[in-house]
Amino acid sequence: MLELKNIVKKFSDKVIVNHLNLDVADGEILCIVGQSGGGKTTLLRCISGLEKIDEGSFIVDGKEFDPYKNENNDSVIGVVFQDYNLFPHLTVLDNITLAPQMALKQSKQEAQKEALKLLDGLALGDKADLYPYQLSGGQKQRVAIARALAMKPKILCYDEPTSALDPALTQTVKNIILDLKKEGMTQIIVTHDMKFAQDVADNILKVKPLEN
Amino acid sequence: MQYIVEVLPSLLNGAKITLEVFIWTIIGSVPLGLVVGLAMMTNLKIIKYILNFYVWLMRGTPLLLQLIFVFYGLPLVGITLERFDAALFAFILNYAAYFAEIFRGGLQSIDKGQYESAKVLRLTYWQTIRKIVAPQVFKIVLPSIGNEVINLVKDSSLVYVIGLGDLLRAGNVATSRDVTLVPLLMVAVIYLLMTAILTYGLKRLEKYYSYWK
Repeated sequence: MLELKNIVKKFSDKVIVNHLNLDVADGEILCIVGQSGGGKTTLLRCISGLEKIDEGSFIVDGKEFDPYKNENNDSVIGVVFQDYNLFPHLTVLDNITLAPQMALKQSKQEAQKEALKLLDGLALGDKADLYPYQLSGGQKQRVAIARALAMKPKILCYDEPTSALDPALTQTVKNIILDLKKEGMTQIIVTHDMKFAQDVADNILKVKPLEN
Repeated sequence: MQYIVEVLPSLLNGAKITLEVFIWTIIGSVPLGLVVGLAMMTNLKIIKYILNFYVWLMRGTPLLLQLIFVFYGLPLVGITLERFDAALFAFILNYAAYFAEIFRGGLQSIDKGQYESAKVLRLTYWQTIRKIVAPQVFKIVLPSIGNEVINLVKDSSLVYVIGLGDLLRAGNVATSRDVTLVPLLMVAVIYLLMTAILTYGLKRLEKYYSYWK
């Protein structure tokens, strides 16, 4: 379980997140929705440790945890970025196996075995040796999901996962998210697609820009 | 033809010096340039200031002048270098400044999403640089590095000013002794051969890195 206590995030004097309290239960899907400029992505970046919060704390399974530092070797949060941020110079397989080898100290064989299993599960089994530029948008996204999952996170975050997808692919990613839920993955999804949010979410957090 | 065979050994001796200056400068200045380029991205004002000054000094004065200062000037403050060492010292410092600027440009062109991906995947700073950033930067900077490398072959002729007998100097000596331009023509051909080989090598390298986009 992830608990957010009194989270405050400012950019210079502008308050983006104002004393937010929020609980995300294990296996839950939380969608964060709202108009642009509401701080959805900023909140996600705070949870995933890409921005430093100004006040408040994160608690995971009862223990306080600072995603910004996160120096111990637990991988807690995985992220699927809006534009995927795959590593262009690495094959699909190497994109997925690099971090488990470097950060989790898995052996190459071990990492590859896990990666191929993940790729098979996402219908990408035949794409392992391709480079990102050879993939379609939807395929890149699934590689990004596999790459995040390979680090065995407790919580998986998505930034606007449907923004670049056509309706059929949106359905595909919806199914992936719901399958992961069945496996017990906690997921936090930032989206402006209200219908998508209503279809997958257990909980919806609506945010709007603060007047200041 | 007879004459060509006669002067060729002295020219090749000169070419040996040219190649030595070239190779050692590359070995010294590319890694140094990479380190300086990385360090220029720091947030520490003082380091930035010092490195910018260094680059400005190296790019802002003629290499010929730097050679003279290193060989004739440094002994005045108690540092005496052999001719060849002095040449390398000046060349490495000078070329590292150019390479640093090229690497800095390459580093800045890497999307910040790459760093963020690496961070959430729990890679350390050095793992990120080594595995994610450096390979991408290398591909981006390769054409500019190649340009400097070709320049270096010809710039190495400046070492004549501190009395080193490089290729061009060997040609000059033969030309004034025998009152004929033939040695200098041969010098031109030898430079062209060297740059042709380098150009070919660089093209191969660029082609090798075209497996991804």
